[in-house]
Amino acid sequence: MNIPKHIDVDQAVANVKSDDTIMVGGFGLVGSPLTMIDALTHWDVTNLTIISNNVGETGKGLGILLQQGKLKKAVGSYFTSNREVAKWYNEGKLELDLLPQGTFAEAIRAGGAGIGGFYTKTAVGTELAQGKETRDIDGETYLLEKPLKADVALIRAEKADTKGNLVYYKTARNFNPIMASAAAYVVAEVDEIVDEGELDPEAIATPHLFVDALVKSRYVLTKEGVVDRGR
Amino acid sequence: MAGKERIAQRAAQDLEPFSIINLGIGIPTMVADYLDKDNYYLHTENGLLGVTSVEEENIDPLLVNAGKLPVGEAVGASYFHSADSFAMIRGGHVDVAILGALQIDAAGRVANWAIPGKDIIGVGGAMDLLVGAKKILITTNHVSKDGSPKIVEECTYPITSTRRADVIITDLAVFRWIHDGYVLTDLLGDATLQEIAEKTTASYRVSDKLYEKGSTK
Repeated sequence: MNIPKHIDVDQAVANVKSDDTIMVGGFGLVGSPLTMIDALTHWDVTNLTIISNNVGETGKGLGILLQQGKLKKAVGSYFTSNREVAKWYNEGKLELDLLPQGTFAEAIRAGGAGIGGFYTKTAVGTELAQGKETRDIDGETYLLEKPLKADVALIRAEKADTKGNLVYYKTARNFNPIMASAAAYVVAEVDEIVDEGELDPEAIATPHLFVDALVKSRYVLTKEGVVDRGR
Repeated sequence: MAGKERIAQRAAQDLEPFSIINLGIGIPTMVADYLDKDNYYLHTENGLLGVTSVEEENIDPLLVNAGKLPVGEAVGASYFHSADSFAMIRGGHVDVAILGALQIDAAGRVANWAIPGKDIIGVGGAMDLLVGAKKILITTNHVSKDGSPKIVEECTYPITSTRRADVIITDLAVFRWIHDGYVLTDLLGDATLQEIAEKTTASYRVSDKLYEKGSTK
C-alpha cells in the first residue's frame, strides 16, 4: 500500500484505545516521541500496557501518563529513572514486567520478525529467571523468552520521506527501528518529511512497509530540556 | 589521588590496546579519562560504537551514553539499534565490560542490580553484559559506605549472573581469578596485606610476589 501517510497528531493517537498494548520508543527522553506522548495525555484512554525501556521521568514523557492513572502495566528494563513507578507498583496500581535490556530488545525484534520466542543465557540463575522455562543447549543453560508485540507503536525518527521510509539521528535510534516492526499500527514522529527519492536508500534504517503514518514533531528534546517548537 | 580516580586509572592500565570496551555507570565511566581514546573502541549499549568525550559547547542532547550523560562521537564511530547492540554484547563481540558492584563473592559472582528490601524496578543491561562480554572487570570501592566488606564469601544481594568476574580492582587491591579462585595480585596506594585481610570476607589466595613485598613493610 502506498497512501499519503502524513497525519495530524490527534488522528495518530485516536488509534490508541483503552486496554491496548502500546510500544513507545526512546532511551529515557532521547528518541522518545514527545509530541505523541503529549497528545496521549489529552486523549481519554485507560488501562494501557506500555512497552518502553523506561516510563519516562517523574512528570515527564510517559511519566505524565502514569500520574494520570492511564497505565495498567509497564514492560521495560529500567524504571529507576522515574521514582514514582515504585510508588504506583507498591500500591498495587501498576503491574511491572522487568526484563534485562538485551532480552527486552530481542523480544521486540522477535515479535516483529515472526519468531515465537528465543533462548538466552542472560538472567539464568537470577531472580529474573523465576518461573521461566530453561533448556540446556550444547552444555549451556538458556532461558526461554517470549516475543513482545503491540497494538500500536509510537516511534521517533529524525526524517521521513512521504512513503514513510525513516532515517534516525545518533543515539535517538535505540528501540525505534525494532518497535516499528512489532506493532499492528505504527506511527513515526519526525522533524521533517521530504519527498520520496530524497533519502539515500542506503541510509534508510526503517523501510516504509513498517510505517503506517507520520506525525510532525512539536515537542523536541534540546540542551535546555523539552521545548515546544509550535505546530 | 582519590580512591575512585585510583581505581579508574588502574583499570585503564589493565586494558589491551584496540579492545572493544563497554563501560558501566559510575567509576567504570571514569576509566575513559585514563585511556588514549585513539587506541580503544568504547561501546555503549544504547547504540554507539566509538564513544568519546565532548566539550560543553558541543553537547548534543540526542547523543548520550548508557548513563544518559552527554558524550561525543569518535572518528569511525557507528550507530545501531538496541537489538543489534545487545547482539554485540551477548554474542561475545565486546572484549571487556567494566562494571560496578554491590558485592562480589568467592565464587566470582557479582551482585550489582538490586538491594534486598528496596524496590527492584531496574536492571538495564547489566545481566546481558555479564553473560556476554569476553572479560569482566569489576571496579568498586573495597568496602561499602558503612565500612562493610563488598568482597564476600557468598553474595547476600541478588546476583546479576552466575558467570564469574575475571578481575576485581578496588581502591586498595587487584584480585584476579586464577584456576579456581581469586588471587590478590596487587596492593594499591598504601594498602597492606593485613588491611586487605581485615576488609575482605571472601576467601582468596595471595600472590607470592606480595608476600615478599609484605615482609618488607
